[in-house]
Amino acid sequence: MSARPLRVVGHPVPRVDAIEKVTGRARYVTDLTVPGMAHAKVLRSPYAHARVTRVDVTRARARPGVFAALAGADLTWCDPYYGPAYRDRPVLAIEVARYEGEPVAAVAAVDEATAEEALELVDVDYEPLAAAMTLEEALAPGAPLVHAGQPPAGHFADLATLRPRPGTNVCHQFQFARGDAAAALAGADVVVEDVYRFPPVQHVALEPHAVVAAWDETGALTLWASTQNPYSVRVELAKMFDVPLARIRVVVPHLGGGFGSKTYAKLEPLAATLARAAGRPVRLAASIPEAFQTVRRCASRVAARAGFRRDGTLVAVECEADYDVGAYADIGPRVVQKGTYTATGPYRVPHVKLDARAVYTNTTPGGAFRGFGVPQLAWALESLFDTAADRLGRDPVDLRRQNFLAHGEEFAPGDTPIDGKLEESLGRAAEAIGWMQAPAAGRGRGVAAMLKASVAPSVSEAIVRLHADGSVTVLASAVEMGQGTRTVLAQIAAEVLSVPLARVTVVQPDTAVTPYDQTTSSSRSTAMTGRAVQVAAEDVRDQLLAIAARHLGVAARELALAEGAVVAPARRLTYAEALALNFGMTGGELIGRGVIAPGRTAAPLGGSTPFWEMAVGAAEVSVDEETGAIRVERYVSVADVGRAINPLLLEGQDEGGVVQGLGHTLLEEMLYADGHLLNGTLLTYRVPRADDAPEDLECRFVENADGSGPFGAKGAGEGSLIPVSPAVANALARLTGVRLRDLPLSPERVWRALRARSPRA
Amino acid sequence: MTIHTVVNGRPHDLDVAPHALLLDVLRDTLDLKGAKRSCDTQVCGACTVLVDGLAVSACTYLAVEADGRSVLTVEGLAEGESLHPLQRAFVEAGAVQCGFCTAGMLLTAKAMLSEHDRPTRADVLHYLRGSLCRCTGYRKIVDAVLAAAETRS
Repeated sequence: MSARPLRVVGHPVPRVDAIEKVTGRARYVTDLTVPGMAHAKVLRSPYAHARVTRVDVTRARARPGVFAALAGADLTWCDPYYGPAYRDRPVLAIEVARYEGEPVAAVAAVDEATAEEALELVDVDYEPLAAAMTLEEALAPGAPLVHAGQPPAGHFADLATLRPRPGTNVCHQFQFARGDAAAALAGADVVVEDVYRFPPVQHVALEPHAVVAAWDETGALTLWASTQNPYSVRVELAKMFDVPLARIRVVVPHLGGGFGSKTYAKLEPLAATLARAAGRPVRLAASIPEAFQTVRRCASRVAARAGFRRDGTLVAVECEADYDVGAYADIGPRVVQKGTYTATGPYRVPHVKLDARAVYTNTTPGGAFRGFGVPQLAWALESLFDTAADRLGRDPVDLRRQNFLAHGEEFAPGDTPIDGKLEESLGRAAEAIGWMQAPAAGRGRGVAAMLKASVAPSVSEAIVRLHADGSVTVLASAVEMGQGTRTVLAQIAAEVLSVPLARVTVVQPDTAVTPYDQTTSSSRSTAMTGRAVQVAAEDVRDQLLAIAARHLGVAARELALAEGAVVAPARRLTYAEALALNFGMTGGELIGRGVIAPGRTAAPLGGSTPFWEMAVGAAEVSVDEETGAIRVERYVSVADVGRAINPLLLEGQDEGGVVQGLGHTLLEEMLYADGHLLNGTLLTYRVPRADDAPEDLECRFVENADGSGPFGAKGAGEGSLIPVSPAVANALARLTGVRLRDLPLSPERVWRALRARSPRA
Repeated sequence: MTIHTVVNGRPHDLDVAPHALLLDVLRDTLDLKGAKRSCDTQVCGACTVLVDGLAVSACTYLAVEADGRSVLTVEGLAEGESLHPLQRAFVEAGAVQCGFCTAGMLLTAKAMLSEHDRPTRADVLHYLRGSLCRCTGYRKIVDAVLAAAETRS
């Protein structure tokens, strides 16, 4: 039965939501209208750090058409703090505003224009305070403190060990060591070290955050939210309003992109608060500039050292990583911890010493962004690897291959053994880019590899229902944000139950209907939610087989599912017939349940990763020596995915990851000056356009069916982004001899470095 | 003030404020939600619609300017249940991910195809400079537009 060829899984079928999306029928939060809905607008702090001495909303409240106007001090009827790591973030600033753009007051009114006008009637007095805008400023002795005192812990399981440093801006320090790194470095033949910087960048999901919140007559709360984790949002709101989880319903329509920006509660607490105060549903839709004031990637400064023996063996890595998590922790401490845990990349390193700090600054809160802390460290390590190859007189591909962890090898005691073959990815990437042949004149090539753990422990549950006509409903809470999870989950159910894809419906996440799923992030949905759907579908399959066995008088092991029917050696029962026999009528359904919950383990972070995400990138670049502009002419990404459930969608994901990676590699940086963000709009913050993408872009996969997910799949989607920066910088170094350590590799930086290398008159 | 405009082939007499934006009139008055609001500054292309065949950013286009003109939104692209070749190509090429940029991409591509019988890759890239996508690597979108041009010719 298990040996039959796959009919749906592994095939490049078009997305199940493609038609609704190309016809404009797909509904996103901002497309929804709820009867009686009011519209909210937010007044934000103009200062990076200020004491808020007075907020008076009286005049705003009195304006005709205004249903509610709130300031932080008004929120005595709920717990106004939230946050997944620390509950350090007030819904509206209380006494202190900690970053430019922090919500200080909010209005709900009959329409957006009225709400906007009412904001002008809010009177606020600020006393500006000294601000810590950068890692250097925040870590300096006597630095302005972003937070005084220790904030209460949030709800994230593996953050029970959060270690803030009271009296400083360090909100979490993570240390990890094995062996004796100092001694190993002292004894190494070649030691390379440098400091690498990664800029603050924004996700720029084309759909900014949006939510509609409505309290009903029974005191239950419903939200339609653009969130990647409805269940996490539910926890935050239950705490804030002291309402049972069962009375909070979070519904998630299509997301217009996420990339981590919509993980954990963002605008939902404010919308729910306003809706409660207004006594009617409230819609809060952010603008793109407001998204820049909501979340960004954690900027970093990574000082790394790597020691090699003369024969190329990597013996030690030391790394001090400081991440700028902004004014509120959000999930920043976990970004720091998870990212740093795999600072040694996909390599065998006997001696390791890692020391990372999450540092508060008076800037937009830093949180999850595709790669979750790993791009910052891979930027350092993968650049150092090429520097080491130069020093050792080795080929960078060879040197990596020599030091890769092997399939089945331990990464860290207690954690999942390595479940992929990175040498295969590297070999295919090198071959595709033509590594063994010299590049054309004016072209340079570089490679980089990555390894990332997924969130652990984590839980995914799914329900699969087989209806009287043989059609199937999948209930799961993985959020469709463009990555194609609805299609993949439908394919998995269709495969197990042997029905056409068109007979499967995947319901949109709704915490009142679809079962628990921890988060749509960490590349986990295919592996974890997909596995839960597979188990639930197998549960239905087993019920079908038992019914057929009973009614046909045949042993279940002699039965199989094929084309919507249970097939016995001499007979065939359609699902409709099987259900009718079972229930004695046309009606009733079979319900299957799948729970994937690996639980805690002895692994260093408290849970074993369900899979390792591994990939290799290879870039071929040219550079305009007059302007310093880098052009990525060709790019190859090879990801070790176990099995591509849908190669078409996966290819799309990885192509997008590469181009998004080119954003922070070549173009993107949130620039601050004098306490202000200078470029928080799409007019001034440049993301890759169609003509920035490499014309020759190939995304390939290694498929050995060696993952713990359905049909041997592993997670994917982040892996293609992570090697981009070091692969491009390594290519630039091999082409020009110039090694850059700060991203983005802007024309100005490259031009200055080229000039410093060969000064002209 | 009252404007007379044809939207997706249907005539409408609409009472609009002088400062009303076409995007708001389409989305809120006519309930055509296919055009999306994103950057509000004519950069991202998510709100692109065609006015008398020309691609415009509805987020910065006054509704009154559509008086006496014909507007096409993504909802008017298909002929009943029969998809436009561009729509079909987007579905088949995997050019759609989150879908937020898709309407703008399709309409920009349609405007391009009306000016170029046999567009080159460079023609497509030139037109799509005004349409941002953050999910795909653009390659599948460009391929889809070229494929649609191919089926048409």
